[in-house]
Amino acid sequence: MPMAKLEIQDVSKTFDGTSVLDHLTFQLKDKEFVSILGPSGSGKSTLFHVIGGLLSPDSGDIVMDGSSITGQRGKISYMPQSPSLLPWRTVLENVLLGSEIQGKTDREQALRMIEKSGLSGYEHTYPEQLSGGMKQRVSFIRSLLSPQPVICLDEPFSALDEFTRHDMQKWLLSIWEEHQRSILFITHNIEEALFLSDRIIVLSDRPAHVQKEFTVPFSRPRDPSLVLTEPFLTCKKQIYKEIRKLS
Amino acid sequence: MKTYASKGWRPTAVLLLLLVIWESSSRFLAIQEWLFPAPTTIIREGINGWSQYAPHLLSTIQLTLIGFAIGTLIGLAVAVILHLIPSLREAVYPLLILSQNIPIIVLAPLLVLWFGFGVLPKLIIIILVCFFPITVAAMDGFRQTNREYIHYMKMAGATRSQLFRKLEWPHAMPSIFSGLKISATYSVMGAVISEWLGASEGIGVYMTLASSSFRTDRVFVAIFLIMILSLSFFFIITQVEKRMIRYQTEGERDANG
Ligand SMILES: Nc1ncnc2c1ncn2[C@@H]1O[C@H](COP(=O)(O)OP(=O)(O)OP(=O)(O)O)[C@@H](O)[C@H]1O
Ligand SMILES: [Mg+2]
Repeated sequence: MPMAKLEIQDVSKTFDGTSVLDHLTFQLKDKEFVSILGPSGSGKSTLFHVIGGLLSPDSGDIVMDGSSITGQRGKISYMPQSPSLLPWRTVLENVLLGSEIQGKTDREQALRMIEKSGLSGYEHTYPEQLSGGMKQRVSFIRSLLSPQPVICLDEPFSALDEFTRHDMQKWLLSIWEEHQRSILFITHNIEEALFLSDRIIVLSDRPAHVQKEFTVPFSRPRDPSLVLTEPFLTCKKQIYKEIRKLS
Repeated sequence: MKTYASKGWRPTAVLLLLLVIWESSSRFLAIQEWLFPAPTTIIREGINGWSQYAPHLLSTIQLTLIGFAIGTLIGLAVAVILHLIPSLREAVYPLLILSQNIPIIVLAPLLVLWFGFGVLPKLIIIILVCFFPITVAAMDGFRQTNREYIHYMKMAGATRSQLFRKLEWPHAMPSIFSGLKISATYSVMGAVISEWLGASEGIGVYMTLASSSFRTDRVFVAIFLIMILSLSFFFIITQVEKRMIRYQTEGERDANG
């Protein structure tokens, strides 16, 4: 078995006496796409903050490529729940921010990526003039252009309407299939998790521990029509049942 | 320009009406010129007296600009230092707020006592009146930085200095400009008042001389000069702001104004 890219080892976190993460353990392999599914308020964002070093876990370790990165910032690339684009930076300057902080930017690559994402002509536009879907795209390009090998996406599409959401999922897959990186993806949406990922980790209600792990059996590249097929719906039901157990 | 034409005509009309009433009442009620001169008298003095007040005007502009520049630098420096060293901020900020309950102007005689009638006490007065609005505005701007942006920057591995340069400073820009606009007006006022205390040149001096010789028309000319100076100063800063903060829409800028 290949060494895991990122390991969450027995991580616990408590806020003022309430336990939020409870001995959480799972792995992310290299170039793997793993979704984390869990009820609202279960501690998913907290988990990302711990992985990213914004919070220190009470116990446990975050391990990347075999060495501990617990409490260290800047080791993963992160896309927050809201796009968080800096309003005084143009689209181009915004997508370069993550790599700028790490010390090396590649303007040409950024321009190519913007073009491929259907945002050409908007390079020098300020975020305020963009639609919600466009902002999420810019935010995602920013995390993709950051040099870190693991990307953590916190419910990137939950604020979008159904149509934009489907477009964005397709777009995300096409980009990811080209630039394979290891991705941790938080979502509320079972269908989204199934369509996008290699593996799904279902978290329990607070305090969060791993309730169940599913391996998604569908081959890549995936076509949007997949979501209407019998095997897909069977998987969906299975996960749905698991979640029903929680409540 | 279009909006100016559509919005600006009402106040302009009121202003013209007031001038007409003022002019006609001065004429028909035969009010003494030294008591309350008619607008036409003031305008005539404003045009003919140019060579008289020009040096004074220049001197005041110079004093204001130098004081404002130094005050801005000190104000920003204090804000940055207090923001970056939280323990210092907690110790000093309340005192800073408290110090604002002392009208700076009452310190003026003290400053003259210590520093004489030279340019130094005048600059100190201007610096004192304009540093505070800038410090407070800048600190508010730094502190109100969106939590989400801060989270992102930290997760991305930003150092304290990157966090400040790439996030907090640009975020505070609109707020800093609001402070600059207030300070600009204050600094003109500070300059004139400091000149009243004793100077050889300046609009304040011109005004004192005019009133002691009952040249009320000249007092009015001085008042209008001060108003024009304040407004132009304000206008220049607004223009610089528009150049520097391009990302804001008109609506947002008004809200911050
Ligand atoms: N800094 C904090 N201090 C105290 N409590 C916190 C803090 N951050 C989060 N919590 C609490 O931890 C719990 C989990 O929050 P978290 O944001 O991780 O949930 P989530 O799974 O991301 O929810 P959602 O799906 O709604 O985004 C919540 O009950 C929240 O109130
Ligand atoms: Mg969350």
